[in-house]
Amino acid sequence: MNNNRTDLELITSLVEEGIRILDVGCGNGELLQSLKDKKNVKGQGLELKQERVNQCVSKGLSAIQGNADSDLSLYPNQSFDCVILSQTIQATNNPKNILIELVRIGKKAIVSIPNFGFWKVRLGFATYGKMPITKKLSNNWYDTPNIHLCSILDFVDLCRELNIKIEKTIVLSSNKTKSYNGSPSNWSNFFGEEAIFLIKN
Amino acid sequence: MNTDQNKLPCSYFTDTKPLLLENGTSIDELTVAYESYGKLNKDKSNAIIICHALSGDQFLASKNPLTNKDGWWNRMVGSGKPIDTDKYFVICANVLGGCLGSTGPTSINPSNGEEYGLNFPVITISDMVNAQMRLIQYLEIDKLLSVIGGSMGGMQVLEWAASYPSNILSAIPIATSSRHTAQNIAFHELGRQAIMADPDWSGGNYIKVGTNPTKGLSIARMTAHVTYLSEASLTKKFGRRLQDKEEISFGFDADFQIESYLRHQGLTFVDRFDANSYLYITRAMDYFDLEKTHKKSLTEIFEKTNIKFLIASFTGDWLYPPSENLMIVRALSAGGADVSFVNIESDKGHDAFLLEEPEFDDAMRGFINSVSIEAKI
Repeated sequence: MNNNRTDLELITSLVEEGIRILDVGCGNGELLQSLKDKKNVKGQGLELKQERVNQCVSKGLSAIQGNADSDLSLYPNQSFDCVILSQTIQATNNPKNILIELVRIGKKAIVSIPNFGFWKVRLGFATYGKMPITKKLSNNWYDTPNIHLCSILDFVDLCRELNIKIEKTIVLSSNKTKSYNGSPSNWSNFFGEEAIFLIKN
Repeated sequence: MNTDQNKLPCSYFTDTKPLLLENGTSIDELTVAYESYGKLNKDKSNAIIICHALSGDQFLASKNPLTNKDGWWNRMVGSGKPIDTDKYFVICANVLGGCLGSTGPTSINPSNGEEYGLNFPVITISDMVNAQMRLIQYLEIDKLLSVIGGSMGGMQVLEWAASYPSNILSAIPIATSSRHTAQNIAFHELGRQAIMADPDWSGGNYIKVGTNPTKGLSIARMTAHVTYLSEASLTKKFGRRLQDKEEISFGFDADFQIESYLRHQGLTFVDRFDANSYLYITRAMDYFDLEKTHKKSLTEIFEKTNIKFLIASFTGDWLYPPSENLMIVRALSAGGADVSFVNIESDKGHDAFLLEEPEFDDAMRGFINSVSIEAKI
């Protein structure tokens, strides 16, 4: 899931030195490794696939096999300094509940999403009338794990509804990034291909 | 079981300093029979203790002199194996209460020169761990790289981590539980009742009387053995196949292969195990309740622990199911512990941890390797 270098680096930049983090959907531990090397964090991963958990464990990273939808309840309130959900929320069954859980167990949370409001997505659908396929959303409609896609504005709306505070947003478009204190501009919903939110309760 | 067991070829450690037990009594002369593999390095930082399960023994990775079979974890421990004896010094001790050389009901009670029998004190998992701690002190090892064990071995691992957190760097409890459930106790009670119902048990005095409750002990083993397997593994291995015959016999001989297999398991077990030991060790497991012993919740016991944990469970294990193991993971996570958890897909039942499961091996290898890197070995 963390197959995007820039995404990884930007998330790493948002994480403070030496803190305790939980990476939800940690894959084979690429982000955990980066955070361990660069920010000296005490990291813990949660990953659905046994094989990937094994890969993490074999690299000396701590990981638990589990499901983001059902296993976040395992953790008590505020048990991590920061909980990270990178490019995963759109693939979960209940994103709303997960968002609530993230800010419950983490003093802060970092969530990155592919933006379904991105102009190429809109253009693709408007032009061809078919489910858009882009670099970020590369699956066909029938085999995509992404069952709950949203746009940047949708995500901001949900945070507002849940009284979740957006502290910072980084919007990525092609190779440019733009940072916002708080929620991003409405324009970013058109030009941003991906967004990373730093949120808290 | 005979009384010349002390002649079993392995290492022995004896201690005349009394070992205080959880029940308030003590063992005045402690013997711990153990095997070790690999070499202890100069700064004694590469030692691993492996705790055996109910019917296991110290012959972890070498031929068992009683059965002449390979060690019970030969697959996992050895040169180039996940627990690599080229790199680590691996110790496995027969548990307190056992019957392969460590002090147990077949040992001589120093106060009267006779076998303990039922005069042996009722011991607990923490007593077993305290006896192992004596061995570790005798070997002058301050810090164990890891403590590893499955089933009852896993209980000892948890007890090690709870009682001696500053003496261990990492812990791997496998297919285990932080307390015995009603179902676990129920199966053990079946086994104990089978032993005690055998007239040859002679009120526990069978060594003195010169009998041996082999029937009772083998039924206990048969019952327990079924709990270590799974419906899927039994079906795969035996199905409804008949043993050396074409038709059912309309009688009570071992018509089915599964019957014959269980009878064989029971019969061979009595050659290497003592009936009273079986009573004592199953009791120790039944009494195991980490929270009760330490008068704290699991989370509190392990709060802010520096021990790195790997918990492993197997999907087909209904005796110590993934949910029991996950409870430990949950508590450790809540307490801020560094914990990894792998739940291995397997239909082999509880015994899966002893059998060929490559994914499990990889996780073990990787975890131990990472611990040894952190410990700079």
